[in-house]
Amino acid sequence: MKIALLRCCTTSTALKYFELSTNAVLGALGVEFIDVKEFNCCGYPLKNYNLKAYLHASARNLALAEQRSLDLLTMCNCCYGSLKRAQHLFSEDSTMKNEIRESLDREGLDYSGRIEARHFLQVVHDSIGIEAVGKQVVRVFKGFRLAVHYGCHILRPREIVRFDSPFAPTKFDKLVELTGAESVPWAARLECCGSPMMGVNDELSIDLTKTKISSAKAAGADAICVACPYCEYQFQKVRKLVVAGSDPSSAPPSILFAQLLGLSLGIEEERLGMRPGQFPSGG
Amino acid sequence: MIGLVVWLIPMANESGEGPFMIHKVLVYVAVFVFALGLVHRVSTWFRVSIGESAGRIPTGTRVAAAVRGIWGSFFSADLRVMAKTFLLDVVLQLRLLGQDRLRWAMHMCLFGPFLALLLMHALGRFTTAAVFPEYQSTLNPFLFLRNFFGVLVIVGVGLALLRRFLHRGTRPRSSAADGYALGILAAIFLSGFLLEATSITSISAFDDMVETYTMQADEEEIASLEAYWVSEFGLVSLRVRGPFAPDTLSRGRSAHELQCMQCHSSPRWAFASYTGSRLFKPFAAGLGDASTRDILWNLHFFCALLGLAYLPFSKMFHIFASPLSLLANAVMEKGKSDPANIATRQIMELDACTHCGACTERCSVAVALEEIPNVHILPSEKIAAIKAFVVGRKLSVSQIRTLQQGMHLCTNCGRCTEVCPVGINLADLWVDVREALLEKSVPEFLLLSPFAVRRGLTSDNPDDDRYKRPLDLAMRAILQEGEPDLLKDRSISLEPGSAHWLARLNGSLRSNNYSECYRCMTCSNSCPVVRNYPNPAEVLGLLPHQIMHSLGLNLRELILGSRMLWSCLGCYQCQENCPQCVRVADILFELKNLAIARAHERLASDAKERP
Repeated sequence: MKIALLRCCTTSTALKYFELSTNAVLGALGVEFIDVKEFNCCGYPLKNYNLKAYLHASARNLALAEQRSLDLLTMCNCCYGSLKRAQHLFSEDSTMKNEIRESLDREGLDYSGRIEARHFLQVVHDSIGIEAVGKQVVRVFKGFRLAVHYGCHILRPREIVRFDSPFAPTKFDKLVELTGAESVPWAARLECCGSPMMGVNDELSIDLTKTKISSAKAAGADAICVACPYCEYQFQKVRKLVVAGSDPSSAPPSILFAQLLGLSLGIEEERLGMRPGQFPSGG
Repeated sequence: MIGLVVWLIPMANESGEGPFMIHKVLVYVAVFVFALGLVHRVSTWFRVSIGESAGRIPTGTRVAAAVRGIWGSFFSADLRVMAKTFLLDVVLQLRLLGQDRLRWAMHMCLFGPFLALLLMHALGRFTTAAVFPEYQSTLNPFLFLRNFFGVLVIVGVGLALLRRFLHRGTRPRSSAADGYALGILAAIFLSGFLLEATSITSISAFDDMVETYTMQADEEEIASLEAYWVSEFGLVSLRVRGPFAPDTLSRGRSAHELQCMQCHSSPRWAFASYTGSRLFKPFAAGLGDASTRDILWNLHFFCALLGLAYLPFSKMFHIFASPLSLLANAVMEKGKSDPANIATRQIMELDACTHCGACTERCSVAVALEEIPNVHILPSEKIAAIKAFVVGRKLSVSQIRTLQQGMHLCTNCGRCTEVCPVGINLADLWVDVREALLEKSVPEFLLLSPFAVRRGLTSDNPDDDRYKRPLDLAMRAILQEGEPDLLKDRSISLEPGSAHWLARLNGSLRSNNYSECYRCMTCSNSCPVVRNYPNPAEVLGLLPHQIMHSLGLNLRELILGSRMLWSCLGCYQCQENCPQCVRVADILFELKNLAIARAHERLASDAKERP
């Protein structure tokens, strides 16, 4: 399986380990990915500001992938939601779509819907499959209790992102359980991590993240398992703010799904961008 | 630098070929302007800074820190790192090679040969003559090498023009400054080749040489020498005409060996000029006369001096600043190095920029330019404006707004820094300039978007006024007159917005079904933001279901004045849960867009009223 990898702007500097671990896992699962130098930001941060610029950015990425006849792989929920939204725009007829097509055409690009955007979780769950991945598992995390955090843009709006049920999703949980860890039920499971308000209304943003962290703790989770760079960045930083100076055990940390799966597949910690013994328990 | 001036001054004294005093004076003037420019540019590195904390470090401290830093690096492991960087990144330009071979080829053609010509030819009487006492510009290898290097530079200029032509209209922009730099370079080299080509064919030059250098030669010997030069070296003469008898040529050859060969290799070695001279052959009588050659010599001389004088003020100044930037970045790190030196480096980096456009080609958000016409989105175009800003040039409010918008349309992906061939830490520069611009108190609405996430997560002190004020300012500007009436006296102004406004909303594909709302409040009840507050209406203004309903009533002011819009996460819980499938979240996004567009319009018209 060959796919064009869209690197998320957030991972490229702030979360190098996110890229490292995703690359390592893709490699281990036999997914061949190519870097397309011309890819741009998915447009997500532009959504509040200028919807057309937002969709244009994603449409251009889709067109660049289509030029290479490859599906487009993203490791970020926000990129995924944006790309899917652009994909949807191009499936209908509208002035906005025609205008964007015109300007893509000036670069010799077009998007006809031949290829599609796919999330890392989607590739692992739907394309490679639970069974095939399960066969490669060499290390299990018995007794590791995880609060699985889906993130918004992989579930909602359902008619656009089409990954799993928006109210009772199971795919991410199944993937986590492949590693032997236990997915615990928790109240705030499907809520937003709070990241979109960071920098805009910090108090609100931190409140929302704290709500999630406390909910995970109340459910007895050892950690929150995430699959989106914005969520990861948010949980990491806010946890630092929340527990700064107090007891770290009061707030379950976030862990990356790619790192968890990577360890399970027998990939060395270093290649996953981890410190030895970084995970709190299990293994 | 002073050393350089002292080194260049003898050139003025002895710059021989120009027969007139005026040439000497011009050399002095050019060297003086060059030196002044150099002092001015370098002193800027220590005088100005970006951001409040860097601004607190006095110039003296920065100079001392730089001296200490440079001195210290000579006696540490840094020296090895710098030597390696110098070889790989400065001399061999490997950073460039990795990204773009055409650009690398262009730069190699320009930079090595240009330096070689400067040392071997322009300063030949001090440099080459010092190493080779027999040095004559008309002797090999110098004769050949001058052409070889010259052709490479012309090829380099050609590639640069080609690149700019190929990329015309797309993202990297060519500025007037790029044009001047290439123009002067082209003028120096073309005039040089033209001078050499006409000299090769020139009978008057031949006569001058014969008169000055040939002794004890009779007329017949000189005639055969002339025949030999016509036949072998491309001289054009109306006095003798081929084909020549073999014994005439052999006599001419003996005369050449006796009289000329000491100082003249075959002009054919000047392959480019010689080829050019064949083209001029029919006009040689006119072009070759002394006055034409004089004009060409003067043109070449003046262009070279102009290039020298203009250098510190042009982008060519990067020949000093770029290597320094590469070396400094190889051994310095924010947080570890002296903040005084970091501040100095940041200003020096602005001069290191060659406006090559590598950053812009790789910029993650350059695509936004298609919909938001502001060239300051492009990193390569930000630099010039930042230079004007940091040296304290007065910028109008609308100039600040444009620059600020460009600065904030950045995802901090760091690709610009990764690819910059001269190693400028652009990512840090953007962050610092953004904060410095925000001090100017011009509202920036991009702070109300996820572009602000990094600012929030990396702020040292979220309670600091410097951090909070720009957010309050943006929020106030977007909510217009503050809180809507609803919050003041619980009464609603039922003044409907214009139909035009609603049409803009209805024009969007996904936002036209708010009228299906039957006010069940499911959206507001499923909203994590609404649930976060004990009394949400107090904090948020209209809640999602109220916004949907107000849309039906066309209550524009009420809707766009609601704080809810700027607390909306875009998490789509409202929309997913709506029993009527109203696209609540999509509508809220449309409304945010409209509110921002309206606030922009208002700021622009305010600026017009009081310029």
